[in-house]
Amino acid sequence: MLLRKPTDLTYADVTPKSVYLDRRKFLRGIGIAGLAALAGQRLLELAIPSQSVHAGTKLTSIKGPFSTDEKINSFNDVTHYNNFYEFGVDKDQPAKNSQKFVTSPWTVSVSGEVKKARKFSMEEILKLAPLEERIYRLRCVEGWSIVVPWIGFSLSTLVNLVEPTPKARFVAFESYYDPGQMPLGKYAGIELPYVEGLRLDEAMNPLTLLCVGMYGETLPNQDGAPVRLVVPWKYGFKSIKSLVKIRFVKDQPPTTWNLYSSQEYGFYSNVNPQVDHPRWSQARERRLPEFFKTHKTLMLNGYGEQVASLYAGMDLRKNY
Amino acid sequence: MHTLLASKWTKGALFLLCLGPLASIIWPFVRHYTIPDPLQFIQHGTGDWTLRFLVCALTVTPLRQLLRLPELIRFRRMLGLFAFFYACLHFTTYLVFDKLFDVHEIWKDVYKRPFITVGFLAFTLLIPLAITSTTGWIRRLGGRRWRILHRAIYLSAVCGVIHYYWLVKSAVIRPLFYAALVALLLAWRLGQWFLRRRRTALAGAGPQRAPVNASQ
Ligand code: HEM
Repeated sequence: MLLRKPTDLTYADVTPKSVYLDRRKFLRGIGIAGLAALAGQRLLELAIPSQSVHAGTKLTSIKGPFSTDEKINSFNDVTHYNNFYEFGVDKDQPAKNSQKFVTSPWTVSVSGEVKKARKFSMEEILKLAPLEERIYRLRCVEGWSIVVPWIGFSLSTLVNLVEPTPKARFVAFESYYDPGQMPLGKYAGIELPYVEGLRLDEAMNPLTLLCVGMYGETLPNQDGAPVRLVVPWKYGFKSIKSLVKIRFVKDQPPTTWNLYSSQEYGFYSNVNPQVDHPRWSQARERRLPEFFKTHKTLMLNGYGEQVASLYAGMDLRKNY
Repeated sequence: MHTLLASKWTKGALFLLCLGPLASIIWPFVRHYTIPDPLQFIQHGTGDWTLRFLVCALTVTPLRQLLRLPELIRFRRMLGLFAFFYACLHFTTYLVFDKLFDVHEIWKDVYKRPFITVGFLAFTLLIPLAITSTTGWIRRLGGRRWRILHRAIYLSAVCGVIHYYWLVKSAVIRPLFYAALVALLLAWRLGQWFLRRRRTALAGAGPQRAPVNASQ
């Protein structure tokens, strides 16, 4: 915590939204450029957070299982350090470029090897189960990690509703992609729409979260609004954002980063300190916003107790 | 223009300008802006500027000739040394924050990860150039040998670009942009070399042949 003013930025005392919004109106009124020129640094400081206006709605939730008691990251970190290539490849770009992303109305279609294929509207999803707050570690393949209070419920709730047939062995997920709203997507270097996948038993594991919010509110756009997956024992890119399609399938589905470079990103992509990415050692990580890469990475990101049995007898070096 | 370029103030001003990127990296920390990933912020800032200064240093000679401003040579050493300066900061970030001074791990990285290998090569190549950048060393080596040695900057820039290309996950546009710049600057030199060769060859077509390698 070398880097911030000594405020205890738990998400409860993030600047109240009304202050943000007022500030923004104020800035708009005068014009940011003129303002900065007028009064210099202090006002610039105001202008910078004004980009982070978050139009979240409060969500009520109960305390869910599996939460860590580690210190959670500030809301500001989690909303200004995003890998969301549809909105730009730099980590500060999604916060700026996703502000106008339209996430309502939203539907998630469920199809494939299920008895009850159907579409869910966002309103329906929010009512499928009591919302739980779960504080998970998130480990990125790039060697950094954060702790986030997500809100949602186990994906298994939804899976049970649609009743997979015996043929269903994998679940394929797809993100929303609209080049009109995501003009930087064509420079991402990866094929879009973004696709991901899990084995059915992984999808059914209670840890796997269908996530609709964080920090007590609906998801900010740059964090995958309005609904995403959080799979905490896998590298972050498995936790697909802005989910629109779920398909139950027989065979292992294609996944975006694996398509891009299969030696670097496997289908499983379980957090594993013993299997290095060709470009990054995975033995250690830095817990943002710390400077040093001092944290030892835990096998399955510390969730072995819940999920190690899924991989019993599998060679995780081969199935990376 | 010529007097402006020859003025000692210009050099001082350029020096301050070259410190600008360093200030832009330090400033957010001084101001306590929230920087979610300080290591990456510094590593990328210093890496970007190393490459940019290498490109600037390589641009001096073509500009001198295209604009007919030979005085520009006064700034080349400074630009090159700033490239080295930012490379040192870049490497230090890696050494201290990423590898926590673990030399064994660094060797493993250099050996195992191609992007580190070429980055390391790019950096190592700059060390003798920085050391021999003084007037004393130019005299000691002699202009010709000094120039040959300092052609290592071409290789360093090429390695720097490959390093960048290999380290991005998928967004290769920026590395390709630098690759194009470096390629252009090197192609220009190659073009000049051919022209000079042709000229000496033509001049040598008379009764006394000029030595072929007079193409310095
Ligand atoms: C002349 C020498 C070098 C140049 C021109 C250079 C240039 C760069 C550039 C442009 C970046 C990317 C910045 C960005 O994405 O904005 C970078 C990142 C990086 N460089 Fe270098 N570099 C050099 C030497 C080195 C050396 C010697 C090392 C370590 C041994 C190193 C390690 C790294 C690392 C670890 C990253 C970050 C990779 C990541 O984010 O995954 N570089 N460098």
